[in-house]
Amino acid sequence: MASSKVSTNEKATKEPLIGYVHSIETFGSVDGPGIRYVAFLQGCHMRCQYCHNPDTWKLNVGDQMTTDEILEDAMKYRAFWGKTGGITVSGGESLVQIDFILELFEKAKALDISTCLDTSGQPFTREQPFFDKFKRLMQVTDISLVDIKHINSAEHKKLTQYGNENILDMIQYMAQNHNDMWIRHVLVPQRTDDDKYLAELGDYIAKIPNNVVQKVEILPYHTLGVKKYHEMKIKYRLEGIESPTPDRVANAEKLLRTADYTGYKTWMPLPKL
Amino acid sequence: MITFDKTETPKAWKGFKGGHWQEEINIRDFIQRNFTQYNGDESFLAGPTKATKVLNDKVLALKKEERAAGGVLDADTSVVSTITSHAPGYINKDLEKIVGLQTDKPLKRAFMPFGGIRMADDALKSYGYKLDPEMDKIFTEYRKTHNQGVFDVYTPDMRKARHDKIITGLPDAYARGRIIPDLPRVAVYGIDRLMAEKANDYAHIGDGEMTDNVIRLREEVADQYKALKEMKEMASSYGYDISRPAETAQEAIQWMYFGYLAAIKTQNGAAMSVGRVDALMDIYIQRDLENGVIDESQAQELIDQFVMKLRMVRFIRTETYNSLFSGDPIWATVSIAGLGLDGRHHVTKTSYRILKTLDNMGAAPEPNITVLWSDRLPEDFKRYATQVSIDSSTIQYENDDLMRVEWGTDYYGIACCVSSQPIADGIQYFGARANLAKAILYAINGGKDEITGDQVGPAYEPITSEYIDYDEFMTKFGKQMDWLADTYVNSLNTIHYMHDKYYYEAAEMALKDTDLNRTFATGISGLSHAADSISAIKYGHVKIIRDERGIAVNFEVDKDFPRYGNNDDRVDDIAKWLVKELYSKMNTHHLYRGAKLSTSVLTITSNVVYGKNTGTTPNGRQKGEPFSPGANPAYGAEKSGALASLLSTAKLPYHYATDGISNTFGVTPNTLGHDLESRKDTLVNMLDGYMKNDGMHLNINVFNKDTLIDAQKHPEEYPTLTVRVSGYCVYFADLTKEQQDDVISRTFFDKM
Repeated sequence: MASSKVSTNEKATKEPLIGYVHSIETFGSVDGPGIRYVAFLQGCHMRCQYCHNPDTWKLNVGDQMTTDEILEDAMKYRAFWGKTGGITVSGGESLVQIDFILELFEKAKALDISTCLDTSGQPFTREQPFFDKFKRLMQVTDISLVDIKHINSAEHKKLTQYGNENILDMIQYMAQNHNDMWIRHVLVPQRTDDDKYLAELGDYIAKIPNNVVQKVEILPYHTLGVKKYHEMKIKYRLEGIESPTPDRVANAEKLLRTADYTGYKTWMPLPKL
Repeated sequence: MITFDKTETPKAWKGFKGGHWQEEINIRDFIQRNFTQYNGDESFLAGPTKATKVLNDKVLALKKEERAAGGVLDADTSVVSTITSHAPGYINKDLEKIVGLQTDKPLKRAFMPFGGIRMADDALKSYGYKLDPEMDKIFTEYRKTHNQGVFDVYTPDMRKARHDKIITGLPDAYARGRIIPDLPRVAVYGIDRLMAEKANDYAHIGDGEMTDNVIRLREEVADQYKALKEMKEMASSYGYDISRPAETAQEAIQWMYFGYLAAIKTQNGAAMSVGRVDALMDIYIQRDLENGVIDESQAQELIDQFVMKLRMVRFIRTETYNSLFSGDPIWATVSIAGLGLDGRHHVTKTSYRILKTLDNMGAAPEPNITVLWSDRLPEDFKRYATQVSIDSSTIQYENDDLMRVEWGTDYYGIACCVSSQPIADGIQYFGARANLAKAILYAINGGKDEITGDQVGPAYEPITSEYIDYDEFMTKFGKQMDWLADTYVNSLNTIHYMHDKYYYEAAEMALKDTDLNRTFATGISGLSHAADSISAIKYGHVKIIRDERGIAVNFEVDKDFPRYGNNDDRVDDIAKWLVKELYSKMNTHHLYRGAKLSTSVLTITSNVVYGKNTGTTPNGRQKGEPFSPGANPAYGAEKSGALASLLSTAKLPYHYATDGISNTFGVTPNTLGHDLESRKDTLVNMLDGYMKNDGMHLNINVFNKDTLIDAQKHPEEYPTLTVRVSGYCVYFADLTKEQQDDVISRTFFDKM
């Protein structure tokens, strides 16, 4: 099992890659454009204070599936996808299993299935071998859902245990290459709801080049994940923090200028390779 | 008898394209030649007129009074309801464009003893009314009822099966319903022409040999003829002459409503459907609009007021009946849209106008608006329909591509909650449901009922081992199913024989062809629990826990097993097999009047009552817990989301279950998307995908769980909160506490 961590593409041609899957959601309607089949992959390095899926943190556990198995299952739902739907890979942090996603998306595009990558960007680096894989991945990704958890790197580190430099670098790389994206920001009172930083984030998004940002979404923090922490006997760090008020959500939407990003309304996936 | 000169072209038909429909009674042909498709959006629609608003406020006030009075505002105790029994009744005569009430006062319930005098008496008693002793005497001593007829014939076996509730909801004490009168006939032809046609049919029944069948049919057509005559009298009391065809849109809608009124004055069927009237009404409205007789606002007013009348239909029921079919439903089902056999869609402006009533007069459970869906319907219409779902949760969707092919006609409608029937010549013998989850327990317990301990099914050797052996179980289950199929079909044969004899639907049949195609509608409840239980026995290693009677009352399952609702063939095939197997066993029997067998998986709210009367099942469902509704998976069984669940349901074979396979989908708005346009997209894609995969029926409820919990605590604050249950809508406030809990706990696909 440990070999999957160092698995290479050469190896992948010999034996099928195995992905570690946390769960499958056949009816994803807020996980990218249209109705999507969502594979939630297992494993994430970040430890976001508000994470509502701590059960997806651990690496190399969960159901083991091949890319063919996922595609075969996903294809059963094709009639529901319309013109814009397809598959989404989420997590955990999806990029932790980049080899697996790359193979999955390459096969999907060959079948004319729309692909969507949900990522926080934490594994991104311009070092090899990751960067080449990422470049190839972007060629078979129709759209990405990118989480910016905090615009300030020091605050980002407090929130997630990692800085955000490489995440913002990933966004710039994607924009330079005309890779479409939705930007998402989880709004947590006392943590990610500061007007100054929200305005800064709004400015940052506005400057992303090439009109790649199709949609900007505020995702209000909710407490439904707390139960999992109790079940898993992990200390929950946001005890006592409530969901943001509708006023604060509206405020964040204003500062991030969400209404300006309307590309998603007419967005269509890339044609078949 | 009246003769009719077929060479004459009535003034009423001016501007219509001629065809077969002139020579013969043929509404489908009339529609196909004359309807106008509409491909635009909803922007042309008009709001309610002042008169509609005033009337609607009055009706809403009356409904409030009705609820405050304990559910019944007023009831007849000594007038037997017939087509002509009551003087005209009005809400506000001067403002009503479409007139006619069931009795002489709005919401006053009629006395309908022909189904059974005890039922009628009990119903009156439960609302504090006293039956006139003279009536009691007449219908006990002098005039036999349907109910009496059935119980004179029921065998001890049937009585036991009924008493122990392995067969429940049989229409043996009230009207069977589910017969759609071809109402447009009244408008297009007028009653005199219909009488002439029936007179002609009457003259040609049989070949002169007086067999039982010939005698029966001659008597029936004579009754139909009389009913037509009475329809004219009733209309005349409201100041209308319906002997002639309708000349305007107002007349056409009024004429059709009189036809419907005749049906609901004489029959208290579990479902009293209206049929498919959108294209027909649109033809008349379109002609009047083109001739400048009315404008859009007046067109909408006619539709609003017609629908308002459908919202006022009432029957008085017993408490037992209400706990089975809660919320006072009458299934005045109105079917809209769909495609023609020639590929043209049937969306007209009036399809929109009918949906618009929910906006103009507020959400309401009746009429039960059903969109006959195909992915080939115009996109604008699809999006408008789903918007109405998001706003009010009051419409249901059924697969036109499946039904049109199955029936071989595009002129069919929904006859009750879900099941369809050809309108011109189809009728259905409604037959409630057999409880398959209980049958599983009978197989384990050797035919003994797990609740009462009675020997109900055949006394075959029970399973005596600690763990259930799959092969042994299947052999025993097969034998209990044989018995269930026998008892069920025989009970229904008895019921329909007696219904024809003592409670014949003369008014509805008068508006259909004399030569009918009949279906024999059986039904299955507890399918998901039965399938999961068999799966548990096959894959899970099930241990039996027995009580002091030696009856299995609990089960322990060692291993996880596949559950219906995850698009997993291992168990979905079991569910399919159950439907086909019970069908095949029933189909070996004689079926009353040469009917064709059909079955269904659509338990309405009775899933609560069925569950209440069924012990713990091997899939882990506890004694008394509600069954999942219709063909929905068991609670908590779904692990891969809504579409996997829908595709499990879509696998059930419609060709066997032509009576309907119902799925209820509850969802919160945020799960569908973060804005209205995305939500509409999601629903349109979902419906397209489900129907393309042969899904038959989908209820869509869009609301928050929190809303429902709050509505349960403060019903007065949510008087119009309407929820779709299996196949129909109810006001949430009208459900029992248990049913409300059931609706709340049903799987909501609320992921964040």
